[in-house]
Amino acid sequence: MSFLLVFAIVLAIGLIAFAVGRQRARAQDDGTVKPHSRAHYHGWLAFLTGVIPAVLFLAAWDIGASAYLNSHIHAALPADVADGTVAHEDLAAGLVKSLASGMRRLDSQTLAALPQTFAELQPMLAAKGVALAPDTQDYMIPIAADANRVSDRLDMIVAVVSIGLVLIGSVYGLSRITPRGRARNHVEKVMLWSLLGASTLAILTTIGIVLSMLFQTIAFFEKIPLTNFFFGTVWDPRFAAAGSGGAEGQFGLIPLLAGTLYIAFVALLVAVPIGLMSAVYMSEYAAPKVRAVVKPALELLAGIPTIVYGIFALVTLGPFLRDISAALAGGTPFIQAQSILTAGLVMGVMLIPVVSSLSDDIITAVPRAMRDGSLGLGATRSETIKRVILPAALPGIVGAILLTASRAIGETMIVVLAAGVAANLTLNPFEAMTTITVKIVNQLTGDLEFNTPQTLVAFALGITLFALTLVMNIVALYIVRKYREQYE
Amino acid sequence: MTDISLDTLASPAARPRRDIGLKRRYAAERRFRLYGVLAIAVGLAFLAVMLTTIVSKGYTAFWQTTVTLAVHFDEKIIDPENKRATDPNVLITANYPKLAEAALIEKLGIDPSDRATVRKLKGFLSDGSRVQLRAIVAADPSVIGTTRNVDILAAANLDSAYKGQIDLNVPESRRKVSDQQVEWMNKLKAEGVMAEHFNTGLFSYGASSRPETSGVGVALIGSFYMMVIVLLLALPIGVAASIYLEEFAKKSRFTDLIEVNINNLAAVPSIVFGLLGLAVFINFLGLPRSASFVGGLVLTLMTLPTIIIATRAALAAVPPSIRSAALGLGASKMQMVFQHILPLAAPGILTGTIIGLARALGETAPLLLIGMVAFVADYPKTPFDPATALPVQIYMWANEAERAFVERMSGAIIILLIFLMAMNIVAIVLRRRFERRW
Repeated sequence: MSFLLVFAIVLAIGLIAFAVGRQRARAQDDGTVKPHSRAHYHGWLAFLTGVIPAVLFLAAWDIGASAYLNSHIHAALPADVADGTVAHEDLAAGLVKSLASGMRRLDSQTLAALPQTFAELQPMLAAKGVALAPDTQDYMIPIAADANRVSDRLDMIVAVVSIGLVLIGSVYGLSRITPRGRARNHVEKVMLWSLLGASTLAILTTIGIVLSMLFQTIAFFEKIPLTNFFFGTVWDPRFAAAGSGGAEGQFGLIPLLAGTLYIAFVALLVAVPIGLMSAVYMSEYAAPKVRAVVKPALELLAGIPTIVYGIFALVTLGPFLRDISAALAGGTPFIQAQSILTAGLVMGVMLIPVVSSLSDDIITAVPRAMRDGSLGLGATRSETIKRVILPAALPGIVGAILLTASRAIGETMIVVLAAGVAANLTLNPFEAMTTITVKIVNQLTGDLEFNTPQTLVAFALGITLFALTLVMNIVALYIVRKYREQYE
Repeated sequence: MTDISLDTLASPAARPRRDIGLKRRYAAERRFRLYGVLAIAVGLAFLAVMLTTIVSKGYTAFWQTTVTLAVHFDEKIIDPENKRATDPNVLITANYPKLAEAALIEKLGIDPSDRATVRKLKGFLSDGSRVQLRAIVAADPSVIGTTRNVDILAAANLDSAYKGQIDLNVPESRRKVSDQQVEWMNKLKAEGVMAEHFNTGLFSYGASSRPETSGVGVALIGSFYMMVIVLLLALPIGVAASIYLEEFAKKSRFTDLIEVNINNLAAVPSIVFGLLGLAVFINFLGLPRSASFVGGLVLTLMTLPTIIIATRAALAAVPPSIRSAALGLGASKMQMVFQHILPLAAPGILTGTIIGLARALGETAPLLLIGMVAFVADYPKTPFDPATALPVQIYMWANEAERAFVERMSGAIIILLIFLMAMNIVAIVLRRRFERRW
């Protein structure tokens, strides 16, 4: 019986308990005693006493069972495979598992007379639409069949026990229904705990991010020394240069980091002046009617997915800039189709609404009195903005720029499409450079084996990116918060 | 304005005006204003240029050229040895494109024995005719031996030529359609046999190596599954978390920690969520690669902070008097929240959710890492089957070299933007219609 089916049965029994409990509570209310809780709370309490233990058991068992099955398969593998490296053993176990899940599709008749060689079995599976790796071995067939039997037995046990649990729990819950029973308080306590549980998911996600990347990063640094990663100036993960990086290839962070920061810098050069000026214009000059039209139009820029910007850079802007430069230089273009300039420009435009909406908030937070004071002394509006409002809002704007910069550093699709993949170290904005995010995507989208430095490096890059943006965000949020408090 | 009145006030006998640089200052004012207008104009101009280039490149993708041919389902070609009763593979592996080619030869009035001319027909009709004709035969084997009118897709290059996207002034050797093919095309066009139809295939086909038979069908289903999963998970969890933080949590280190976490997660680069999904969901929990279920989970984690922030704002906007009234009438705190505050905050929550969903729909980077960059030709039946997503499909087409794929890609972008626009409009309408000002 499958996990989902058991879960559905448990829920169904719980719902029956709910209906019975509500009915029971109603029947008990004969008007003599004032009931403490309304009838449906009694129903829900019966539901919860039944379903919670069953579901907890189900979850715990599911994790335990898959671990048990895993060790069972590993133990059943022949000695010569088990003696090999861990990766080899895992591979064999993986093959057994996919074989086992493929054999699930066969009917019982075929299973009873199971062929002993993979050569015979494969066409039967293929007829059912199961494609298996060709290096599946004959000895795996009995192991897979055995694994299926074991897992069937485990499934049977879990089904019986959890259905038993839900029955016992519901009956217990139903038996405790009395008119003065404090069912509502109990139900509300469970609700409160689940609300709390939902809000801790944010912490769990952060922990998950850090841990998942940390383990892989540690595995990476076991193979590649720290200094090679952080101070290496050559990025060449596939092939090693003679005598410099060993056989594993070279994983220098410097060119990627330089590219990331360079492109983010160009993007900020575009986004900050334009975003800031449009925010100033919107909040200080624009007539309400203009504002009502232009502001949503600018926000549209923020709603367009970054892949669309990337494609625009790749298909339209990049070739356009290249052709223009070719025309200017008379023949050979000095701007490459994929370049820092292209990526930076497009990313800058993408960030305009980010800068402008953040600085809009900050500008409007400057107290009215300061503005009025300046205007009253005879300053023009632009003088007020330049000499009073912007200096007063400066810390907030710095925070906003930091937040924008962290967006620019973490942006992926635009640079994947527009910045190029060559890990250069250059100062020329017309050439291609690559970024951390591009390399994460490159290293993980191929058909690479998982435990090699070539894929693990993506996690090292990821944790670098995460740390970088985290620090910027925390500093920015701190500045912005401090600034808000100043005028509140 | 002011200086004039001041001057007249100070001295009725007009003294020479003090030069306080007004002209210069007003000029600076006008310049400053101009900068503001320019900044906005640059932003809007870029938006306009981007949208028009995409639409002008992509709108043709919604039309597809087909050739209506009287296809004779010749038994000699489909089943020359008459074994189909015993061997079902015969009907699957038969040479269907040959049928289409024969029909075309007849239509154009070419002598079938003229090998040189017949060879030039290569690349005129799409190879998708194999699947199309096979489906007809599979649905009704009795069609063999009869003749039927079938709309057969033109090959991608002919489609481009028909739409006028291939420059015919380029020397023949350097373009992908030959002069002979253009001549045939014009002939068929004049007869009304070759025509453009609305491209339903764009919405129904999956991945394909031929532009004319590739579409966003699989991607639409994958994106749909993901949106459903995000909605089912992120909305309840997000609302529950916000209720706890806004209504129940006492200020403590723990709740501070949660808040800092949420604010940070909102700013974590999306690709990091992809790494999380790869390491935790795929490698650790063993969920299938390329599955929309995993994509949905990753996007859920990514969307949660957006929904939580919007929901908290909506809850905080409900005035305290409502809370006091509910509590005063004897409701418990839980009843107050679920029966009074939550319904009043619902429009704001929904708006935030839709905006979060729209962002999730356009998100590409994390999906690349969990293997959604996959060549999937069959519709995913469950969220656990391999699928792609709309933006990922766009990304994959961006990496194709053929011109016709660029057209498809731009068409897919238009579809994506239409979806996003629709969602945003719904959000705006909801906000306008139901939002209360207290």
